[in-house]
Amino acid sequence: MPDYETHTYDVIVIGAGGAGLRAAIESSAAGVKTALICKSLLGKAHTVMAEGGIAAALGNVYPEDNWQVHFRDTMRGGKFLNNWRMAQIHAQEAPERVWELENWGALFDRTPDGRILQRDFGGHRYARLAHVGDRTGLEMIRTLQQNAVATQTGGGIDVFMECTIMRLLRNSSGAVTGAFGYWRPSGEFVLFKAKAVVLATGGIGKAWKITSNSWEYTGDGHAMALWAGADLIDMEFVQFHPTGMVWPPSVRGILVTEGVRGDGGVLKNSFGDRFMFNYIPDLFRKETAETEEEADRWYTDKKTARRTPDLLPRDEVARAINSEVKAGRGSPHGGVFLDVSTRLDAETIKRRLPSMYHQFIELADVDITREPMEVGPTCHYVMGGVRVDADSTAATVPGLFASGESAGGMHGANRLGGNSLSDLLVFGKRSGEYAAQYAQGVQGEPEIDEAELAQLERDALAPFVRVDGENPYDIHADLQETMQTLVGIIRTESDLAKAIDEIQTLRDRANKAGIAGSRRYNPGWHLALDLHALLTVAECCARAALERRESRGGHTRDDYPDPDPAFAKVNVVCHRADDENTVTQEPLPEMPDDLREMIEEQPT
Amino acid sequence: MAMTKPSGLEQWADQRRAEIAGGRIAHMRVWRGDEGGGKFVDFHVPFEEGEVVLDLLHRIQATQAGDLAVRWNCKAGKCGSCSAEVNGKPRLTCMTRMSIFETGEPITVSPMATFPIIKDLVTDVSFNYEVAKTVPALQPKAPEGEDGHHRMYQQDIDRIQEFRKCIECYLCQDVCHVIRDHEENKPKFGGPRFFIRLAELEMHPLDTADRRDLIQDRFGLGYCNITKCCSDVCPEHITITDNGIIPLKERVVDARYDPVAFVIRRIRRRRPL
Repeated sequence: MPDYETHTYDVIVIGAGGAGLRAAIESSAAGVKTALICKSLLGKAHTVMAEGGIAAALGNVYPEDNWQVHFRDTMRGGKFLNNWRMAQIHAQEAPERVWELENWGALFDRTPDGRILQRDFGGHRYARLAHVGDRTGLEMIRTLQQNAVATQTGGGIDVFMECTIMRLLRNSSGAVTGAFGYWRPSGEFVLFKAKAVVLATGGIGKAWKITSNSWEYTGDGHAMALWAGADLIDMEFVQFHPTGMVWPPSVRGILVTEGVRGDGGVLKNSFGDRFMFNYIPDLFRKETAETEEEADRWYTDKKTARRTPDLLPRDEVARAINSEVKAGRGSPHGGVFLDVSTRLDAETIKRRLPSMYHQFIELADVDITREPMEVGPTCHYVMGGVRVDADSTAATVPGLFASGESAGGMHGANRLGGNSLSDLLVFGKRSGEYAAQYAQGVQGEPEIDEAELAQLERDALAPFVRVDGENPYDIHADLQETMQTLVGIIRTESDLAKAIDEIQTLRDRANKAGIAGSRRYNPGWHLALDLHALLTVAECCARAALERRESRGGHTRDDYPDPDPAFAKVNVVCHRADDENTVTQEPLPEMPDDLREMIEEQPT
Repeated sequence: MAMTKPSGLEQWADQRRAEIAGGRIAHMRVWRGDEGGGKFVDFHVPFEEGEVVLDLLHRIQATQAGDLAVRWNCKAGKCGSCSAEVNGKPRLTCMTRMSIFETGEPITVSPMATFPIIKDLVTDVSFNYEVAKTVPALQPKAPEGEDGHHRMYQQDIDRIQEFRKCIECYLCQDVCHVIRDHEENKPKFGGPRFFIRLAELEMHPLDTADRRDLIQDRFGLGYCNITKCCSDVCPEHITITDNGIIPLKERVVDARYDPVAFVIRRIRRRRPL
């Protein structure tokens, strides 16, 4: 066997955003030897870019708020397709996780009486998001990171930065025994032997052209889980955040926080109409304002006024913007207008939304305290992910756990803003806890198949041999174009079928990709390797989208424009068998009656 | 833009010069190499309205040098990954607009000079992560609210929320002459990024620890002679020196040279804000 750099741990956590950090802290606290592995430097994961806040029913601003209402909002936002038990645990445990962060040093904005301030967000009945201006993710990741590395407080977790994991390893009975990857700086391979593995690798947004996601979001965890025999669920549900920047081209897709609307910003089309009043779905009609006057009053008077339709769940708003632009009522650069300048004074905007102010003035020459922003939908989040047990986050493969965006089920067909950061904390902690518990019960040394490692090494180095091979950047750009045009916000059967064919062609091309240079910090090589995961998740998304012949949440079919009650009862599940990715429909877990009553409206 | 070479070399060169003069093609001079040495390599890169230096680096990767090493993540000034020196000035390449340069002016991009080179624009910033491990974390007091949770007031945290804006781009560390010019100072110096981290902890309303000896002895606050270079390059516009380092120096000096204050503070554990 070649002499790979080898590390042995009880638990390895792959991914160091909110979920991975929280998992590693919990696992380490349970007394098992824990490693945290991430593709970027520590503290640069996608969590750092989260803006609006952490949804948790603290009841600091509205004492009426409680976990039951949060649970209800989450299920309604997810169009009742959520795993009910995950949504329940999430709503119940989120407050404790937020207070814990405060005890670790996080400095949330305050209420006048000194408690954590909460802000309004789409789909949440009460102001519920604990936040720090519009940089909540930064506060969260820094707090977790500082807790994880501080040696004198029991943290001291071993962190492997700029280390990419390519594959999970399993023993002859199918249990996970470790992972194989490479150091990005040196290009040298590295083997991790482990009794349990936590996937916290985030999402898949880099498969689309207009996206708020960074280079890291290549679906590594989703794909590795599938390759290792785990199931993926809900892969057809991709969230297009309604408000990404649209101009200049350089910043197209960069996120504009929902907090802009939470704090009073309104959407307008090129005629100056507040068009969201024309897009209120029946499910939300009872609790949405009918007039502009009522919507405006709601910001200060939640007793007698109902919420503005600008704060409908993200799937509704993204579709509405898409329709306005298609109908020729868009802004000059193909978006709509988002205006906060007429609602708040300049000082308040700069205090509440400092990074939005900064981002627009520096990158787009737009002063948001004086003029509207131009915004449009951007690929932001995948609701689908590894199928896990709600309580333990265990995948269907022994020894494998998943949490955060790489896990599926929690958000159903559409995630509410603010529910991601809380998801990371609640289920990240549970992943760490249960992975540690599982590892403590595993006897003996993890078993590794040397022949498998040798094959992985040959495959990984193949692009260096194909000196005349195709440029991986071109293949990636074509995949992004394919997903953007064929598997975007609005889908049809013929487009999806075409996408599946195109992805097969792209896979053939990816298998012939070639790169120049050495193994040392070579982004072309890294991309050539990441393409395999990207193509796998892109195919799963397209296949699942083809299977779900209805429109629901983050999945809209032009040829099946309405929800179908039959599809309200099933998840679409992706499996891998005989080197083929296939999909099946499986019934949702049955919700207990007391919870069903809580969400009022019955599923359609 | 097509970069195919016309038949006559002269004609091609004229056309290229015209394009550069017209602002459609930028002349980028990017440092390439590793710890063994390197040099500036010229790239002629087309660009569009509104683009930033990082867009051009990505275009070089995609079309001319697939192995050009660059760090980046958010591309919106929030993650602090893409730090480099542009025309010699420490900057985030994702926030450096092409429109700030003169048309046709060669734009140099080089790695941060304070840290060892890994390759091209990527440096070994592990120094910072090693320092981070040695910063004693928050030691919170017991919650004072009847509900078992802390109470803090906005006016008491405004100042330290400014420090918490730090995106750890390490441009302040890069520009700090204490370590930029003196490798030997690194083991005994924290640098501006960690001075504001320490200031934040020292001013945190919930904290009970006293780090003042450590700030002087381990983190070498005394080496800082407040030239404010760090504040000048901070992309988050944190007033590192005035709001962080100087108050921290005052605390340390008070504690060290005023025996009465020292004793009182030892008894009270920490002084009020």
